Amino acid sequence: MKKLIVPAFAAALTLGLSLAPSQQAVAAEGVAVPQQKWSFDGPFGHYDKMELQRGFQVFREVCASCHGLKYIAFRDLAGLGYSPEEIKQMAEDYTITDGPGDDGEMFDRPGKASDRYPDPFPNDKAAAASNGGAIPPDLSLMAKARPDGANYLYALMTGYEDPPADFDLLEGLHYNAYFPGHQIAMPSPLFEDGVTYGDETPATVDQMAHDVTAFLMWAAEPKMEERKETGIKVLIFLVIFTVLLYAAKRRVWRDIH
Amino acid sequence: MMNHPLVKWIDHRLPIITLMNKELNEYPTPRNLNYWWNFGSLAGIILVIMILTGIVLAMQYTPHKDYAFDSVERIMRDVNFGWMLRYIHANGASFFFIVVYIHIFRGLYYGSYKAPRELLWMIGVVILIVMMATAFMGYVLPWGQMSFWGATVITNLFSAVPVFGEAIVTWLWGGFSVDNATLNRFFALHYLLPFVLVAIVVLHLWALHRFGSNNPLGIDAKGPQDKIPFNPYYTIKDAFGLGVCLIFFAWFVFFAPNYLGHPDNYIPANPLSTPAHIVPEWYFLPFYAILRSIDNKLLGVVAMFASIFVLFILPWLDRSPVRSGKFRPIFKLFFWVLVLDCIVLGICGAKPAEGKWLYISRIGTFWYFLHFFVIIPLLGILERPRPLPASISEPVLKAPAE
Amino acid sequence: MGVVATGAAVWPLADSMNPSAEVLALASTEVDLSPVAEGQRISVFWRGKPVFVDRRTAEQIKAAEEVPMDELPDPQLDEARVQKPEWLVLVGVCTHLGCIPLGQKTGEPRGEYGGWFCPCHGSHYDTSGRIRKGPAPLNLEVPPYSFVEDEVILIG
Repeated sequence: MKKLIVPAFAAALTLGLSLAPSQQAVAAEGVAVPQQKWSFDGPFGHYDKMELQRGFQVFREVCASCHGLKYIAFRDLAGLGYSPEEIKQMAEDYTITDGPGDDGEMFDRPGKASDRYPDPFPNDKAAAASNGGAIPPDLSLMAKARPDGANYLYALMTGYEDPPADFDLLEGLHYNAYFPGHQIAMPSPLFEDGVTYGDETPATVDQMAHDVTAFLMWAAEPKMEERKETGIKVLIFLVIFTVLLYAAKRRVWRDIH
Repeated sequence: MMNHPLVKWIDHRLPIITLMNKELNEYPTPRNLNYWWNFGSLAGIILVIMILTGIVLAMQYTPHKDYAFDSVERIMRDVNFGWMLRYIHANGASFFFIVVYIHIFRGLYYGSYKAPRELLWMIGVVILIVMMATAFMGYVLPWGQMSFWGATVITNLFSAVPVFGEAIVTWLWGGFSVDNATLNRFFALHYLLPFVLVAIVVLHLWALHRFGSNNPLGIDAKGPQDKIPFNPYYTIKDAFGLGVCLIFFAWFVFFAPNYLGHPDNYIPANPLSTPAHIVPEWYFLPFYAILRSIDNKLLGVVAMFASIFVLFILPWLDRSPVRSGKFRPIFKLFFWVLVLDCIVLGICGAKPAEGKWLYISRIGTFWYFLHFFVIIPLLGILERPRPLPASISEPVLKAPAE
Repeated sequence: MGVVATGAAVWPLADSMNPSAEVLALASTEVDLSPVAEGQRISVFWRGKPVFVDRRTAEQIKAAEEVPMDELPDPQLDEARVQKPEWLVLVGVCTHLGCIPLGQKTGEPRGEYGGWFCPCHGSHYDTSGRIRKGPAPLNLEVPPYSFVEDEVILIG
């Protein structure tokens, strides 16, 4: 028999806001999301490595205090243009719990390139408890897990505004023009000069939102460049091959028609 | 080649070379097949692509509720060419259905289901049903939100069975809800069914080669002048068609790999949170619309299954002696209305079942059954077909038909 | 004889697909209801499904009891669905196609009858969990449960 402690369950079940169906229901009715220009758009799209690095900085300094990125390992950051040495150093800044060691206890050690990006909370319950019941979702796949992912993420991060006068905003929630249902547990994450970019790009809210969105797109689809490059080659080959097949078909059928 | 001693030795004991030569090389085929006849061989080739990519994906995939989603992401990120194999497999399912649906509608238009090809047609319907089961179970495997809730909704269809419904569903699940046992058995069956499909496809071809292909005129071949050997004529034509198909396929795989998917399936399955709109993959949408158009659970399920099973009896519903829609002016009109009806039902299936969409899907469902149970039998009696040409080679030789 | 032999051979194969012992072992759950305030709803997990527990207000109970039976697609008295009128215990799975109806969380739609609303295909349930509108054929199921103490129930 399984004994359940009701308050813990109630906490886990109340306000799984980011996934709550009622709010997706509104999304289906659709708030049109403004379209941005992205370097990764179109068949020749590619990632802008400097943009990804800036985006990673925003993620690390702002998002990562609440959100995980569990499908990304430090070694993957090579995709942002970092050298193995830089990655090694970056990983060492993090503390990873490993073990059990020979004494049977878990121990902390500096991160290695092969480690996954550490989650901010040990489990979902802890995440919910620290965030008023709403579990901040893992961001690894977020750019693919929402319709029109990249544009939606950008709109969401820049979409905080004062609620309309007749809007009934629930306690502890924030008004966002683009979040389905308009009530989001996450407070506005970005503010002017929230980070200091190494390349002296001015850290406006728009700039940071754009950079971190590009980073999240990369995190969701790190093989996109490889995919599109391969695709161009495959298509060129197929088109030529198909034209040749058509010529061959015409030739073979010449006597029939 | 046929004269090589080793080939002769084998062929004498197992006449497989003779068989292949007869069925794939010399096989007499009507000379007037148009490009709509390409889709049968295309479907066969896509089945092979699906099996090959599926086998290597299965070597990387873990059918466990705690690991399935992660193992798919590992394929996407860490396995060599994993992203490509998975996108080929995922989009391949869609292309399989596109090709097979066109193949079916071609059969409907040209009367390929009529005597003596009734059994060929019925085996084809069995292929469609097995394909649907395979695709449905495959979609569950990534264990995203749509996987989980799609599986929940579809398996619950069986709870509509009187008396035994609950027991059947519990048995299908291996538990009290869609859970690990369900995922595990779906994987086992998803691996098995494609090979069953191969076997049924062999039967389909066997039945096809008994009387040979139908053709756009729908009349039987009068003599050797009406037919040409399959190779090289149709091998090269099929190869060209394959090239065109692969160009479209590659576009989706490399440039729009998630276009036909659903974003919710990149959210791991959560038994406590239902997505607002559970939509099946696009190829099930017309059937889903039929299911939801009826406000009674059992009748909705019955209607959905009936919409497929009606195809089994189609050869006996259509009593018109003329096969090809080309010579049946009224039938032709209703054929296109049916195509439109299926598209409308597909759109309704993607929309919430309320308001105007519910009414449209009711009209669409009504029309679907009206077409098969009333219009088709009546046309067989009332319609006056246009005169048929004397032979296949006659209009081909004289002037282009129409 | 042949039929018996075939049946005996097939049955283990088929029955192996039924719920296994460790799944059956999780078939019951004890829930302490004392922290639930009047008007509050909680969800607990039982057999892989959510169970809704609703501590109903007096108005909700009154509304549930006053519904004429001929308005119900699946007629059932409210008193037949509860052991104590204050506590409504339901399997939180829509009887149409198994989605989880909304209405448990603050701010979620509760449908036109103040109970639960299934977002999948639009079924509305009342404050007794009875189907009032939409494609679902039956009322929300009441799971087998008993009060082991005044405010502790055993589900299953």
